[in-house]
Amino acid sequence: MNVTVKLFASFQKGRFTIEQRAYPAATTVREVVTGLAIPEQELGIMMVNSRHVKLDQELADGDTLALFPLLGGG
Amino acid sequence: MAIPWHCFPFSAAAEMTTLHDYLREQATEGILPWTRQRRAMVRFGCTCYQVEEAALGLGILPARYQRNRETVSIEDQLTLLRSRVAVIGCGGLGGYVVEELARLGVGQLVVIDPDCFEEHNLNRQLFSLPANLGQAKVAAAQKRVAALNPAVTLLPLQETFNSDNGPELLAGVQLAVDCLDSIPVRLELAEVCEALNIPLVHGAIAGWYGQVTTQFPGDRTLQTLYQGRQPVKGVEQQLGNPSFTPAVIAGLEVAEACKVLLGKGETLRRRLLSIDLRLMQLHETTLTES
Repeated sequence: MNVTVKLFASFQKGRFTIEQRAYPAATTVREVVTGLAIPEQELGIMMVNSRHVKLDQELADGDTLALFPLLGGG
Repeated sequence: MAIPWHCFPFSAAAEMTTLHDYLREQATEGILPWTRQRRAMVRFGCTCYQVEEAALGLGILPARYQRNRETVSIEDQLTLLRSRVAVIGCGGLGGYVVEELARLGVGQLVVIDPDCFEEHNLNRQLFSLPANLGQAKVAAAQKRVAALNPAVTLLPLQETFNSDNGPELLAGVQLAVDCLDSIPVRLELAEVCEALNIPLVHGAIAGWYGQVTTQFPGDRTLQTLYQGRQPVKGVEQQLGNPSFTPAVIAGLEVAEACKVLLGKGETLRRRLLSIDLRLMQLHETTLTES
């Protein structure tokens, strides 16, 4: 299946901004994150088709996954 | 009509009428200039807050709020003056948030931060100066606000917010503004606000990036957002924070605070606004409890 992956803010560094990528059916958000070498503790918002999801969310063909880093500063 | 019953020395009804008459007489086209406001304070032994409250109750606008007028009506200005808002964290975000709330005319601010200024704060924290390094951030905030809007009372609390002292620190506030730099403390703040039925405006920053949302009791937006994963810090640990990111995010937080206090406009309820100042992009995420 094809999933559009969008990376935001510091996640773009050394990776990409947006890419269409092929994954096996029922790949989870966690598997995509691991494949991109993004440390889990840096993850903030994870969105599939503009809605916030959890790491164990399974992706479907045609989904758009967006990943934002965790921001905590004040 | 608002009666400033707490005017000192004595609040006999006759004297109040006199203050009201005086304010009506001194206002020009509904505007009360600062010199005349000062004169009313001296003449009637009232605080700045009391004169502003009396004036606004009569539909007279203290001149300092003239440019608020198309955004905030006189009635709204009185609501803001009578509002009590807690700002938790008085660093990068908190400095700008306190400054903007005071200029907007929010009458009572409770500012909570245990820290003193250090040299690495000088690149962004509004109240930090070489001259006040080592001094309490909340004390600097109090000094600044007293100088810029004497109608505003700032209660400085040099304490670390937590779920134990939270209910006491937030007692009587209508709204809390999150300017913290710790994710676990943010989650404690969200729980305390939930228990006390207080809406919460959230902001967080790292490097070029920031985010804002507003949660009302029952929404549990922050709990959803941070999903029980509790590293103390986010990517700001690597990225640091430049001068402009806290200013931008704090401005958005104060706009949200203004709307919540006045019950006007559209807030970021169940919506997270993510801001990338490097690429100048805004993204909105719909947040539902999970």
